[in-house]
Amino acid sequence: MANAPTTPGIAPARLDPQTLAAHFADLEPPFGPHEAVVAADRCYFCYDAPCVTACPTEIDIPLFIRQIQAGQPEAAARTILDQNILGGMCARVCPTETLCEEACVREFAEGKPVEIGRLQRHATDALMARGIHPYVRAAPTGRRIAVVGAGPAGLACAHRLAMRGHDVVLMDARPRIGGLNEYGIAAYKTPDDFAQAEIDWLMKIGGIETRTGVRLGETVTLEDLRAQHDAVFLGIGLAGVNGLGVPGEDLEGVRDAIDFIAELRQAEDLARLPVGRHVVVIGGGMTAVDAAVQSKLLGAEVVTMVYRRGRARMSASQHEIDHAATAGVRIITDAQPVAVHGNGAAQEVEFAYTHDGEAGLELTGETFRLRADQVFKAIGQKLAGVPEGLTRAHGKIAVAGAGRTELEGVWAGGDCTAGGDDLTVTAVAEGRDAAEDIHAALTARAAA
Amino acid sequence: MADLTSNFLGIPSPNPFWLASAPPTDKQYNVERAFRAGWGGVVWKTLGFDPHIVNVNGPRYGAVWGADRQLLGMNNIELITDRPLEVNLREIKAVKRDWPDRAMVVSLMVPCDEESWAAILPMVEETGADGVELNFGCPHGMSERGMGSAVGQVPEYIEMVTRWCKKHTRMPVIVKLTPNVADIRNAARAAHKGGADAVSLINTVNSITSVDLDTMAPEPAIDGKGTHGGYCGPAVKPIALNMVAEIARDPETAGLPISGIGGVTTWRDAAEFLALGAGNTQVCTAAMNYGFGIIKELTAGLSLWMDEKGYRSVDEVVGRAVPNVTDWQHLNLNYVTKARIDQEACIKCGRCYAACEDTSHQAISMSEDRVFEVIDAECVACNLCVNVCPVENCITMERLAAGSVDQRTGQTVSDRYLNWTMHPNNPMDKAAE
Ligand SMILES: Cc1cc2nc3c(=O)[nH]c(=O)nc-3n(C[C@H](O)[C@H](O)[C@H](O)COP(=O)(O)OP(=O)(O)OC[C@H]3O[C@@H](n4cnc5c(N)ncnc54)[C@H](O)[C@@H]3O)c2cc1C
Ligand SMILES: Cc1cc2nc3c(=O)[nH]c(=O)nc-3n(C[C@H](O)[C@H](O)[C@H](O)COP(=O)(O)O)c2cc1C
Ligand code: SF4
Ligand code: SF4
Ligand code: SF4
Repeated sequence: MANAPTTPGIAPARLDPQTLAAHFADLEPPFGPHEAVVAADRCYFCYDAPCVTACPTEIDIPLFIRQIQAGQPEAAARTILDQNILGGMCARVCPTETLCEEACVREFAEGKPVEIGRLQRHATDALMARGIHPYVRAAPTGRRIAVVGAGPAGLACAHRLAMRGHDVVLMDARPRIGGLNEYGIAAYKTPDDFAQAEIDWLMKIGGIETRTGVRLGETVTLEDLRAQHDAVFLGIGLAGVNGLGVPGEDLEGVRDAIDFIAELRQAEDLARLPVGRHVVVIGGGMTAVDAAVQSKLLGAEVVTMVYRRGRARMSASQHEIDHAATAGVRIITDAQPVAVHGNGAAQEVEFAYTHDGEAGLELTGETFRLRADQVFKAIGQKLAGVPEGLTRAHGKIAVAGAGRTELEGVWAGGDCTAGGDDLTVTAVAEGRDAAEDIHAALTARAAA
Repeated sequence: MADLTSNFLGIPSPNPFWLASAPPTDKQYNVERAFRAGWGGVVWKTLGFDPHIVNVNGPRYGAVWGADRQLLGMNNIELITDRPLEVNLREIKAVKRDWPDRAMVVSLMVPCDEESWAAILPMVEETGADGVELNFGCPHGMSERGMGSAVGQVPEYIEMVTRWCKKHTRMPVIVKLTPNVADIRNAARAAHKGGADAVSLINTVNSITSVDLDTMAPEPAIDGKGTHGGYCGPAVKPIALNMVAEIARDPETAGLPISGIGGVTTWRDAAEFLALGAGNTQVCTAAMNYGFGIIKELTAGLSLWMDEKGYRSVDEVVGRAVPNVTDWQHLNLNYVTKARIDQEACIKCGRCYAACEDTSHQAISMSEDRVFEVIDAECVACNLCVNVCPVENCITMERLAAGSVDQRTGQTVSDRYLNWTMHPNNPMDKAAE
């Protein structure tokens, strides 16, 4: 079945296997040892370094870069992982251009920051390649903690709790653990099944029992978990998606971008994954960019991303938008979908131009249509299935301090909580800090 | 985890990294910051008698930079402490009281007479300091006044002053040596004879870092004039390593503890000093260049390396390389190597060719299509091409196996150890026959 980008409808194998493999290989290849040392040499070892302040996990960046310079990437990895146990994944997926590298003084001076992300990858890869897990568990405390949701927040929390000597039960509704590391992040950012390799490495700490297929609210209740554990951490992410609310949304070919991405991430063989000839992605965030770019890489002929506001309001970073444009994605802004047309299956999406009016976003009245065999909705995820008793803030679980919810003994962190950007690294920081807070609370309780 | 604790001269410190006597150890404020950051000890900025000296009020440092402004070497025309003696002593006492687990050594420089040393030593003892270091090294300013390197360049003075100090204090006495001498061993032997508990080296090297070609003044310039200053930092490390090794392998000073100083910047530099016989290391420029935070890299790095090599304590590293430092005449002349170019790694820049063709032995050939190959019949294995090649491990030195023929000499390579003293061309060897 030799299909081509121009094959009508939704079809697999639009590109030959070699091209697909090349398209989904490492977006940014790893540094060789020489490149790494040259890149490391650019770091000024700033005092109270702005890059560290900009990192949600506050990795001691100048120190780890100096350790690479001094010929010890493994020591550098230790510095990274002390603060961020998913430092390997973060090195691949962090939008560094809006975090550490944006803050780097050399970005300010020359518009060319120290390549912190790639250096971080160099260090963590070196350690993991040697199969070293540098942490050991403290003496057992006899405490048992339930961690619900095995995304970056849950994983970071579980690891830190295990390190502090607690026993952890890590549960997730999905068949594989990892959360969006496993089901969401763009494939070319984490090739060669890095997400699972990192989890295997993380689990070497011991003391973490994993249970998949367990859904809070269905398989178990929060009440049960509270009764059976000394503390509960919720890192359940954003399981719901926003709908378009326009006619034709239920036509065949219209689906949530995150489902398409999850399917892509789980695909054994990308050549068997169908994609439309004409793909329209609705949204302006990271999910929209990833769905659009990966559709293009799968061989869709025409991919258009449409965002209802101006370019400056897109939540995807400039770097990501540029990446989409380079991949051949057409980007239309200031247009909002009003209907999906088609007979059983989608054929066209009708958009209306918008502008910022007095009452917020207003339609100009002018409309246009885009051909679409496939329509991906990427207009935001939302919290779903929040257990009773938890208050909400800005549509998310309200927390105070290091992830304390209103309920005694229940902590939460990551995308499901208000505060912080919805990023892998932020989830790691919140999971880690909640673990320390749980540890402190349990220790205080034991002392009392 | 390797044990980094150090017990140099019986002075305990949590790691073998001390800050050398210099601005970083100038006052209580700095030293406490250093200890908080994790430094194992300090040698306090050199004390002298009141009225305290004055420093220049214009630039006192000069520098040599790499292309990206990495500081490769620095020089200074700073003198000893410019604060009253009493203030320094009070602060030393306070710091030692609050940080009992850290090494506190006090550097001293007073006029070259016994009364002066006899007067200052009890004052230092009273602070509770762990030891003293005699600054016979400062190469500028103080030497014009008969102190510093003016003492350190005359072995008789070194021995004499060391003897006075040993007589007037129970504290360990470290003698800090100047590299501005022809043979460092004479200075170390003199310290040893005088009863020194250890030597530390190197102090700074006489230098002018640059000349401002507009004003025609050497840098750092004070009102249009400059003077030679003391050079330090990465650039002086090779000089320091050699001097440390020379003392470590000198039978006359065998067993004399050495504190290694000069260009220590990363854990590796420190490990090299230890391997060549230094019992601990002191750091100045690296801290001045990057701040006290570098101690984290130094300790973590040394510890990781020791773990990987299976060394459990610092003492197991000290002196490991000393037996392998020898005289030229003992090098094996039957050790024959040839340069080998890895054609896969070669980027065809031609630097090896230019170097060998213009300045060495015309032992690299260049083809029309820029393939560079070693001509074994010409290669003397000098290593120049290895050093100039921009690609690491692209050119390597491979040993010729015993029994193979060296194309250059036509001789069969022997596995017999043959040094110059045994060589037929050696007139002394012939004479002995
Ligand atoms: C397509 C896409 C691309 C992204 N790309 C990037 C990127 O490049 N860089 C970046 O920094 N961030 C990126 N993000 C954001 C990042 O993935 C998230 O911020 C991060 O994964 C949040 O971690 P978390 O642990 O809070 O939640 P998640 O990773 O969402 O994990 C939550 C887990 O909880 C489980 N769960 C949910 N409800 C229940 C329940 N009721 N019972 C049991 N288990 C439950 C889920 O199955 C899931 O495994 C991307 C997000 C998406 C959607
Ligand atoms: C600014 C400056 C001042 C110094 N002052 C002293 C001093 O007062 N006493 C002393 O013994 N050495 C002094 N030194 C020498 C250092 O202690 C050290 O021996 C030398 O700098 C070499 O080490 P480094 O390469 O780590 O800097 C000084 C060095 C510098 C850079
Ligand atoms: S801001 Fe840039 S130069 Fe400064 S420490 Fe961070 S990475 Fe290095
Ligand atoms: S480093 Fe500080 S004291 Fe020295 S010249 Fe600069 S500002 Fe002045
Ligand atoms: S210097 Fe190195 S890279 Fe350049 S031509 Fe010679 S061998 Fe090749």
